[in-house]
Order: sequence, then C-alpha cells, then structure tokens
Amino acid sequence: MSSIGTGYDLSVTTYSPDGRLFQIEYAAKAVDNSGTVIGIKCKDGIVMGVEKLIASKMLLAGSNRRIHSVHRHSGMAVAGLAADGRQIVTRAKSEATNYERIYGEPIPVKELADRVASYVHLCTLYWWLRPFGCGVLVGGYDRDGPQLYMVEPSGISYRYFGAALGKGRQAAKTEIEKLKLSELTCRQGVIEVAKIIYGIHDEAKDKAFELEMSWVCEESDRQHQKVPDDLLEQAKEAAKAALEEMDAD
Amino acid sequence: MDPLHDMNLDAPHSMGTTIIGVSYDGGVVLGADSRTSTGMYVANRASDKITQLTENVYVCRSGSAADTQVVSDYVRYFLHQHTIQLGQPSTVKVAANLIRMLSYQNKNMLQAGLIVGGWDKYDGGQIYSVPLGGTILKQPFAIGGSGSSYLYGFMDQAWKEGMSKDEAEKLVVKAASLAMARDGASGGVIRTVIINADGVTRNFYPGDTHPLWHDELEAQNSLLDVLSSGGAACPEPMST
Repeated sequence: MSSIGTGYDLSVTTYSPDGRLFQIEYAAKAVDNSGTVIGIKCKDGIVMGVEKLIASKMLLAGSNRRIHSVHRHSGMAVAGLAADGRQIVTRAKSEATNYERIYGEPIPVKELADRVASYVHLCTLYWWLRPFGCGVLVGGYDRDGPQLYMVEPSGISYRYFGAALGKGRQAAKTEIEKLKLSELTCRQGVIEVAKIIYGIHDEAKDKAFELEMSWVCEESDRQHQKVPDDLLEQAKEAAKAALEEMDAD
Repeated sequence: MDPLHDMNLDAPHSMGTTIIGVSYDGGVVLGADSRTSTGMYVANRASDKITQLTENVYVCRSGSAADTQVVSDYVRYFLHQHTIQLGQPSTVKVAANLIRMLSYQNKNMLQAGLIVGGWDKYDGGQIYSVPLGGTILKQPFAIGGSGSSYLYGFMDQAWKEGMSKDEAEKLVVKAASLAMARDGASGGVIRTVIINADGVTRNFYPGDTHPLWHDELEAQNSLLDVLSSGGAACPEPMST
C-alpha cells in the first residue's frame, strides 16, 4: 500500500501527486469485501441476486434486506456497507417520487441511475463528507424496456447486460459471460443467478449466507418484486444439485 | 353616458375564444378562432391561439392572453430542459402535466383554460384538457373557451371513433365556424394544427371561406357591394 503514510489518503479532496483519490479507492475496497451481488438483463426483464452473509445465527431470516424497491418499476441491490446503501435507496425513492410528481409518469431507469450517481458522486467532492462504502445495482423496466445500471462509490454509472459486485465478482462475471442473455427468460435467469451465487460461495471458508433475489419482468407485470418463494426454493434446489454434480465429477 | 366609455376599452386582453382538440386515427387536430378582445373592442382579429411547446406538442389557449402566454412560455422552457436531460423528445403526457402543475399551483392568480394536443411514439396522438382549476383530463376530443358552450351537443353527436385526418379537420373547422357564428367573443379566421407521426401541418381558413350559418350574411369587401347587390339577404340599410 504505497498510499499509507504519505498523508495523501486522508482526505477525499486531496489528490495524490500521481492524480489518484485514495479515499475513493478505499471505498471501493469496502464494496469488494462484501458478499457477492449479481444482476443480469434477460430478454424479458432484470434479475438481481445477493449473497447475503449472515453475521449471526440469531438473526431473523429475511432481515437486513440488501435488495430494495425504489419505485413500482425499479429496484436496487446493495453491495458494501448496508447502512450506506439504505441512505442511497432513500434518496433514490425521493428522486423517483419527485420525478413522477412533476412529470406525471414514472422515472425512466436511465434518469434514476443518473440521479443516484450524481448523489453518490456529490459525496466525493467535500472534505466534510465520506464517499459511500457501497456500490449499487439499479434494475428497472420502463417504456424503453428492461435496463440494468451499476453505480460505484466514485459516482460513475454504466449500463450493463450483466454486472457483479463484491467478493466473488470476478468469478461471477466469467459465469455471466457464459449465459445467452438474449435468449434467457427471467424465470430461467433466476435459476442461473442462484447457481452462480451458490457456486462462488466457499462453504468451508465463507460465512453462512442467505440468497436474496428480486426481478422486474413481464411475469411480474413490470413491477419490481422479490422472486416468488416457490421459484426461489426451486432455484436453490437447482443450485445445490448443480453443486453436487460438480463435486461428483 | 358616452357609449365609448361603456365598452371597457381598458380591460385586460382576454380571449373569449373557441378552441377545439380532436384525436383521430394516428394523430390529433387542434383548432381555434382568432379573436382577442379588450372588453368590447377587438384588439386583434387574427391572433394565433395555438402555441408550440415542443416539436410534437402544441397547446390551444383560452382565457387571459397574458396568463396563458406566460404559462406556455414556462412549460416550453421546462420541456426544453427535460428533452435535453432525457435525450429524447418529451411526451404529450409530460407537457400536459407541467401545464396542470402551473395551472393548479397558481389557480388563484390565473385565468387560463388550455387544451394540450400532440403526438409521441409511445402513446400516439393525445388530447388533454386543463380547464380553470387545474384539473387534467385525457379525452378523445376537447372543446374550450366561451364558444364551446354552443358546441357540446354538436360535438357529442358529430365526433366518431376512428375518423380520418381529413374528417377530423373538417369537423374542427365546422365546429369552430358554428361557435364563431353564435359567440360574439369568438370570430375572425380559423387556424388548425394537425400533428401525427409524419410531423406537423398548419392550416389557415380566412373568414370568407367559412360556411354561413343561420341568417349570416355573405362577407363583403365594401358597403357599396351590399347596396348594389340588393336581394332579400341584404336589407336596405337606409330603409325605415
């Protein structure tokens, strides 16, 4: 870590002599250590899945959600500091309602992602603020079809066919690249995402986890919803079966 | 009392108006008369009450000329911003909602009845009427202004689902001319705007081309023509 001890990593408003902002890079590290978050764009919608690491066995199942609904047609999956993520979700919700109050129609996903990115970026511009320690996936369905965006702590945002954040992102991305996203339905996508997350998880090394999944697609009537329980169970079974098959080989 | 002083010449310019918006298969036709009055005086006999908001959205204005101009100026500005931000043309719905927002929030200060019409790729041709209090109503056709009271029965009877562009425009011109014949605050020429997937067409119908209703007289260039033509339709001005 060349940055440590130089003093150039103490403030977001100070560049290092070679033009880097270490605080933003540290924020990105907070995201990289998080449980894996995956989003894919299928032919009829968006599927998002989270490997939610369980800090304690006494936690109630389904608590500390990492996927939130922003508006009727869009949702957000958080990697990194969950509390920072909730702050972003709150802002996203108010941007979405504001837009609809003024223009009388739901906010386009692009516009939502842009506004969230502006907010995240704002926190990298002042010495009295700390950059967000989380990256978010924004998935939604508007009149131009389903769209998936990723916003990083630097405030950058890009549109993706498939995106992954967190500890297992590299492995997840190689798995996503193998999928035929243009032919995949969301129902199939849910199973693929579950397989990837179960496949990446190292049971021996990693903490226990809970699979959290949501979708916005034709089947959910273009609404952002958590994946129905029976389908989620089916996906988990398929993922576990795929794992056993791998072990058998 | 001097009759001049009874005519209320220092009244604010207001558009005692006839405005119409009709949707047809594939687009909309907007229509309006052209009279702007200050009290009894016709301040402008050829005004344009159909104002452009964006490339594909227009608005028919009725009520106070000043109020409706300022509302449409603001909305045009907001829509321009919105178009840049989204990187694509704004929808008719967004335009109508911005008009509604201004009309509602300033209802105590405004005298504005507006009909928004336009075309977008998502919902095709649409007509929204935003009357006095700031209600918004999506309608297959809408009428407004003082002249509209003469048109309700006619429009309910004459408007048909699935009209062609020409049928719709004929209907608009006929309705406008009917209202202009009865309503003293409406008159002059008829202007129409047709908006559809192919773009925008503006048409102009001078007063002497309108159909003559009831016992209306033929338009004349000079009193001499009236006197020389005689005939039952032309009363002798100097008789009695």
